[in-house]
Amino acid sequence: MTEFIQQILNGISLGSIYALIALGYTMVYGIVQLINFAHGEILMVGTFAAFFAITAYNANFVLAILIAMAASVILGVLIERIAYKPLRKSSRLAVLITAIGASLLLQNGGLLVFGADFQAFPRIIQNHQFKFFGGEVSVTSYQLLIFSVTLVMAIFLQYVVMKTKAGKAMRAVSWDKDAASLMGINVDTTISITFAIGSAFAAVAGVLLGLYYNTLYPLMGFMPGLKAFIAAVLGGIGLIPGAFAGGFLLGIVEALVSGYWSSAWRDPFVFAILILILIVKPSGLLGKDEREKV
Amino acid sequence: MRKQRLKLNLCVAAALVIFYFAVDFGIKQGMITPFQQINLVLIGVNIILAVSLNLITGFTGQLALGHAGFMAIGAYVAGVMTVKLGQPFLLALLAGACAAGFMGILLGAPTLRLKGDYLAIATLGFAEIVRGVLINIDYVGGAAGLIGIPQLCTWFWLFVWTVLTVVLIKNFINSTHGRACIAVRENEIAAEAMGVNTTLYKVMAFAIGAFFAGVAGAIYAHYFYVIQPNTFGLMKSFDVLVIAVFGGLGSITGSIIAAIFVTVATAALQDLSVLRMVIYASLLIIVMILRPQGLMGTKEATFDLFFRKRGESHGSAQSKQSV
Repeated sequence: MTEFIQQILNGISLGSIYALIALGYTMVYGIVQLINFAHGEILMVGTFAAFFAITAYNANFVLAILIAMAASVILGVLIERIAYKPLRKSSRLAVLITAIGASLLLQNGGLLVFGADFQAFPRIIQNHQFKFFGGEVSVTSYQLLIFSVTLVMAIFLQYVVMKTKAGKAMRAVSWDKDAASLMGINVDTTISITFAIGSAFAAVAGVLLGLYYNTLYPLMGFMPGLKAFIAAVLGGIGLIPGAFAGGFLLGIVEALVSGYWSSAWRDPFVFAILILILIVKPSGLLGKDEREKV
Repeated sequence: MRKQRLKLNLCVAAALVIFYFAVDFGIKQGMITPFQQINLVLIGVNIILAVSLNLITGFTGQLALGHAGFMAIGAYVAGVMTVKLGQPFLLALLAGACAAGFMGILLGAPTLRLKGDYLAIATLGFAEIVRGVLINIDYVGGAAGLIGIPQLCTWFWLFVWTVLTVVLIKNFINSTHGRACIAVRENEIAAEAMGVNTTLYKVMAFAIGAFFAGVAGAIYAHYFYVIQPNTFGLMKSFDVLVIAVFGGLGSITGSIIAAIFVTVATAALQDLSVLRMVIYASLLIIVMILRPQGLMGTKEATFDLFFRKRGESHGSAQSKQSV
């Protein structure tokens, strides 16, 4: 039983990171209907920015996260403006291929600039271990940090999207771009804001990921990015609560599969769940089925 | 008109036969170096992969990101057939291709009702499952891969299967069924309203594409001695997609030209490894922005295109469909 609780706790902390990435993913998907494959690479660049801020300029944790967010936001908006915006009117296939291109470009650009080696992410804040049940179940302060940051940011995002003017604009644009622009909403700006918020979330997730695993490398973003997309699909793409729930669910499933079965079967298992969900309920666990319109 | 087509086909066949014997002679005389031979094999494999993916993505309009998965199935089944069961190459190749085709049906039947992005992500997930499962099976060597595969794929088989793939897929596209596939791409709902069984044709295109991806895998396995699960990762699927997109989704000759070009460029830029991928990725984005239809668009490089004014006696079917 204690092992089970431990696995769930590990799953929740990994799931928090997935949820954080998935929130950005799902926002971008919701507004432009594009799987932004480069999302994981935006995360990677943000993490490296934080890494350099800490190692070269002795930045503290909060400053490092802010720098990471700034780097990711600039990159995310640049990608949107350069690679995706010219294609807004073309086929979705073309945009998706461009997204793959952007992802490959950043991955290999990262390999070129940062080198292929794994680097140790500095343990900039102390990691304490809290033990329960006679030491059989433990929670680290990193895990608590990750969970609380994700929770706060998800609530913040929900507030921004539901209560602010910018959020209202986002929802309008995701519903109908043309109608939104007729209502006086600047569609381009709104899309850029969405990319900026999504990228900032990715940066935070990246720093937490680097801190949690104590490592960073240029390909670090791809798999978590892909997993986060799965999480978003799992919960219902385009929905903030869906991405949140999907992330946690995915993290817990991964932890249980690695804990009770074998970590080598983790990825095939997760992808099998993805395909199953897509077949059974493509709109996701929290999504509503929409009728196809001609 | 028909006579003219026949004449043209005979000319192409004669040219192919001459090309075959020229290369065969070159290999036997040692004029073609082993390095060039490897690249010939890679060109053949890439042509098969790109043309078969083009059938799925270019002609039927279903974005599939799991081509490497089918290739892996073909490679592993064929490899097991020759290494573990001692079967002849042709049988092993057909078994691998059929297994891949069967998986294509198995995956395609439930997932092909998904639209665009969802299908892409489902097929991508499928390829990752195949890779992950192969890593976990000790019988085929796990992550270290299946080793000691005999080099049974000669220039003859490579040539035959490359030509066969192109001819079969081209004829499929020009048939009633191919028309139906193109109709699905152009407008699925309209196609359905005209009585086209869209699911059937999507699965059919998927199965045929997967079958030939399996062929490519079997050829690859029986030339390079070793196959590893990680060879057939996402990168491989992307590579094939890049070739198909560069050549033009919906153009078989485009795929062939792009496969040759990309393979040769890869060999030439081998020393640049990472930089090469940076160049590829930038090219991919630039091509998508400036020329999303790729090199050839949906047109085919026919003789008319080069020697006559376009539009008068276009024998090719593809030129008419791109209205």
